[in-house]
Order: sequence, then C-alpha cells, then structure tokens
Amino acid sequence: MGARQFFDRIEPNFTKGGKYEKFFPLYEMVESFLYTPKTVTKAAPHARSFIDMKRIMTYVVIATIPCILIGLWNTGLQANEAIAAGLEPTGWRASIAGIFGYNPSNPLANFMHGFVYFLPIYITTLVVGGFWEVLFATIRRHEVNEGFLVTSMLYVLILPASTPLWQVALGISFGVVLGKEVFGGTGKNFLNPALTGRAFLYFAYPASMSGDSVWVPVDGYSGATALSISASQGFQDLAAQGITWWDAFFGTIQGCLGETSTLACLIGLAFLLATRIANWRLIVGCLAGTIGFSLLLNVIGSDTNPMFAMPWYWHIVLGGYAFGLAFMVTEPVSASHTNMGRYYYGALIGVMVVMIRVINPAFPEGMMLAILFANIFAPLIDHFVVQANIRRRAKRNV
Amino acid sequence: MPQVKRELLIDPLVDNNPITLQVLGICSALAVTSSLTVSFVMALAVIFVTAFSNFFISILRNQIPSSIRIIVQMVIIASLVILVDQVLKAYAYEISKTLSVFVGLIITNCIVMGRAEAFAMKNPPIPSFLDGLGNGMGYGLILMLVGFIRELFGAGSLFGVTILPTVNNGGWYVPNGMLLLPPSAFFIIGLLIWFFRTWKPAQVEKREFTIQTAEAH
Repeated sequence: MGARQFFDRIEPNFTKGGKYEKFFPLYEMVESFLYTPKTVTKAAPHARSFIDMKRIMTYVVIATIPCILIGLWNTGLQANEAIAAGLEPTGWRASIAGIFGYNPSNPLANFMHGFVYFLPIYITTLVVGGFWEVLFATIRRHEVNEGFLVTSMLYVLILPASTPLWQVALGISFGVVLGKEVFGGTGKNFLNPALTGRAFLYFAYPASMSGDSVWVPVDGYSGATALSISASQGFQDLAAQGITWWDAFFGTIQGCLGETSTLACLIGLAFLLATRIANWRLIVGCLAGTIGFSLLLNVIGSDTNPMFAMPWYWHIVLGGYAFGLAFMVTEPVSASHTNMGRYYYGALIGVMVVMIRVINPAFPEGMMLAILFANIFAPLIDHFVVQANIRRRAKRNV
Repeated sequence: MPQVKRELLIDPLVDNNPITLQVLGICSALAVTSSLTVSFVMALAVIFVTAFSNFFISILRNQIPSSIRIIVQMVIIASLVILVDQVLKAYAYEISKTLSVFVGLIITNCIVMGRAEAFAMKNPPIPSFLDGLGNGMGYGLILMLVGFIRELFGAGSLFGVTILPTVNNGGWYVPNGMLLLPPSAFFIIGLLIWFFRTWKPAQVEKREFTIQTAEAH
C-alpha cells in the first residue's frame, strides 16, 4: 500500500516534537478519513465495541442517500414543471441544467436540474464549515471529526434550493462555531449544529428562508407550500391544489432540498434503526407526542384556525417532520441520554411541533424550532430521570 | 490626575467591565441596542445616574443608618432617574418613546445599585463620583459596540445615516434581520466576552470541571 507507507513516513513530522506539530489535526483528519482511526477508548464509562465515531457518522451519511436522490430529482421536477408552465429559466445554474433539457417527464433532466442547485450549496458548506472545523481543531488541539460530514449534509438538505451561496456560508459558520465549536467540538454540543445554522438563516434572512417564492428555484415562480396552504385554507384544500397524501408521502411537493419525501426519510430511518444508531425510544416518543396532541386539537376544534382540524397523518408527511424525525430527533449527542428520558424528549418534540404549527400563526413550520427547544431541555430531562432513579433506589434500602 | 483616580476611571472600561466581566445590566443591553442613537442616549443616561448617585450617596454615607440604607439609596437613584426621564421627554421625545420603560428601569439596573453598595458607601465623594463615571462608561462602551454591530449589519446604517444601502432601497446590502431582534445581542455580548477574555486572559475563570479525555493514541 503506497498511501499507507506515505502516511507512515510523514507521520513523525506531525506528532509531538515534529516539524509540523501544529498541523496534527489536519494530518489526522486526512489519515483517519482514509484509514481506520488508531484511537481507542480508554476512560471509564465506555463499553468496548466494534463501532467508532467514524463508523457512526458514515452510517448517518449513508442513511441520507435516499433523501439526497429523491430530493435532487424532486427539486428538478418542481423547477422543470415551473419552466414547462411558461416561466423563463434564469441564472447560470439553470443554463447548465439546460444541457439536459427542461423536460419534467425526463428523470435525468430533473435530477441534473436539482444537482446544479445542490452541488454549489454543498461545496460552499464543506469549504466554509471545513475551514472553521480545521481552524478550531488546530488552535484547540482536538481532532477534525467525521461528524462534520453529517452536519454539512443535513444542513444542505434542509435549505431551500434557491438559497444564495453567501447565506449558506454564513449559516454554516454560525452553526459550526456557535452551535458546536465554542462548546468544545463534536460530542460537547448541546444543540444540533445543522439546525442552529438553519435557525440563524431563518431569523436573519426570512425572505430567502420562508414564503411562497423560495422553494422552486425559478425566478418569478410563486406557490405556497403544503403547510402554508393548510394554515390558510385548511388541509382539505390541498386536494383542490392537486396535492394528495401520497404526493406528500413520496415527496413530489415543494419544500427544502431533501426533506420533502417522507418515504426516503423512512428508508434512512429504517437503516439507522437497524444499525442501532438511532434509538427507537426517541421515535416512539415523538410519534406518540404528535399523534396524541393533534388528536386532542382535532377534538377541541376551532372555527377560525383550520390547522386545528389537521389529522396526525398529514402532520407527519408535510414539511420537515419526517426528515427531522429520522435525522435530527435521533441525533445521539443533543438528545437525552437516558432511556426513560428519551421517551420524554421525543414526546416534547412531538407536542411542540404540532403546537407551533397549529397555534402559532407566525410559523407554519415547527420542526426546526421544536427540536432546538427540546435540545435545550434534554440535559434537564436526564437530570430528573437520574434523580428519580436515585430516589427509587434509596427507598429500596431503607 | 493621580494614579488611583485614573484607575477608578479606566479599570471598568475593559479590565473590570460591568457587562462583560461582572455580567450585570444585561437586560437593558439586550433591549435598547438595536440602533446606535438609542444606545448612545441610554449610555449617557446611565453614566449620569451612576456618577451622581454614587456622588450623593457617598456624601450621605456617614448619615445613612445601615438598616434602611437600601431605601435611602433607592430614593436618590430614583430621583436621578426621574430627572433623566423628564429631560428626555422634554428634549428628545422620539428617543424617549423608543427607550420607553427602559429609562425607568435604570433604577433597577444592577450596575447602579452595585456601585452604590460596593463603592460609594465606603469611599469619599470624589473617588465615588469617578467610580460611577467609569462604570457608567464601561457599560456605555459595550452598549455602543453592540449598537454599532446591530445597526450597521441589521439596518445598514449608523446613527440613522445609511452606510450600506439595503436591497429594499435599491442598494446591494441584504440586512440581517436577526440583528434587529433583542436575542441577537446575546450572541454579540457573548462574542465580546470571548474576545475580551482572549485579549486579557486574567479574566478567564478557573474551570469547575476538567473533562477526562476519552480517547488516546
């Protein structure tokens, strides 16, 4: 193996006392990206396992692949349909996509049209976010971790396709620096960095993160998302707009790059559950919270707010619910760490999503805010679970 | 000016800043910093109140019975705040409307009470006055910095004068809407504290816990 020998030859330069000691994190990043990490867990609370951080993070990236594929195809489909309806393609990205034509019934054309929007956003995220990662790793002497690959992928998939690239760069900078690195890097962040970056953009530049004209990357196109139609006219009106439940389930509706397809998210979730990276208790808690609270709201009803009548199976397929459930709720670092706490943590998200969507008229979508909200409460939930356990055991020994 | 007195004035600016080191007076720093003009007026008001409340409390310090000292301090501080409020209403009505309740809330600003209790009750009038002036200026400095960042990047202007022409007015700058919301000041103050502690490592507190390293080569 030439590369292995090469790494072995240059390694002394980077270890303690070497010429480039300062750049060890950079060397470590490249080396552990290509080969199995050499580090083993040594301190007390860890069980030995074949699994390491690199493998966990790689699995999560693999799990997002269905979302990426369907997301790219759907983004192109929406754009090509808008063009077929008579709008002019504008901008350099659309002219590249024009090589493959703008035919909405040609899957390749759709896919490539989505791809020309996805790729620049993804590259920007990797370059800018990677810069901060390496900077902090070098100054703080910790390692650059594969976790960033997950953060960057999730971040890209929850952005609208038309997001300007400089906003992409600002958002990921905020997410990586203030969402993760100031607390000490991967594993010490209490917020989900991808969502932190997205939330920053949502509040800083609402014009390019919400509304009717950002979801389909064609100039002049305007169309409400399924959630905002439900909020203004009621979910019954979706059928009149040509959106059936199955459309929402397969993901041929407007939305962020990779979050529209519930089916793709479920495939990813099944993979994460099978590999035991996602904890099923979080999923159970979240679904129970959503179903229970939306049933309650259905019963209460409202004459003025049509969202009250929205059934739970619509809540689950619309907006970012499925994506958030599969990849954000289950994120092991920012979720609760006790088994009992995981039910409560999931339920808190499930209830908050419905509450924000239905009762707060300012936010048609609530998954992002609900998860960030629950992130903050996760340590508190764990605290109460641990205290309850201590009390229970103390009673046993009276 | 003798060394001691100069320290009273200069120390609270960076080394012992009431906001970034003592983390006092955060409430108003979040609320009134969305534009530089308002921050400036608020800073002046607080400087005036801390300086003169310290001065008067220090004059009376040997007459104030210890058991009711807080009430006496409050009477002095409240009178000064009412004075500021009335002057603003008379001469800068628009700004006083923007500042609304926060002028009145200077009474409860921890910096004013803190300096009265910690310094003015034990020191002669002139050093107390300087101490109040210094702490007010330390507060004002942070307020102005935060206001500068928030107005420049949130609205593209400084003191209401356009610096970065915004997209809505035909320019090129897309304003950052979050900076106009009060929570953004949390981030800015947090980053300022980070900056100050990197610049002056003496301000960094000792760690309460050290995190065990879980991995080793």
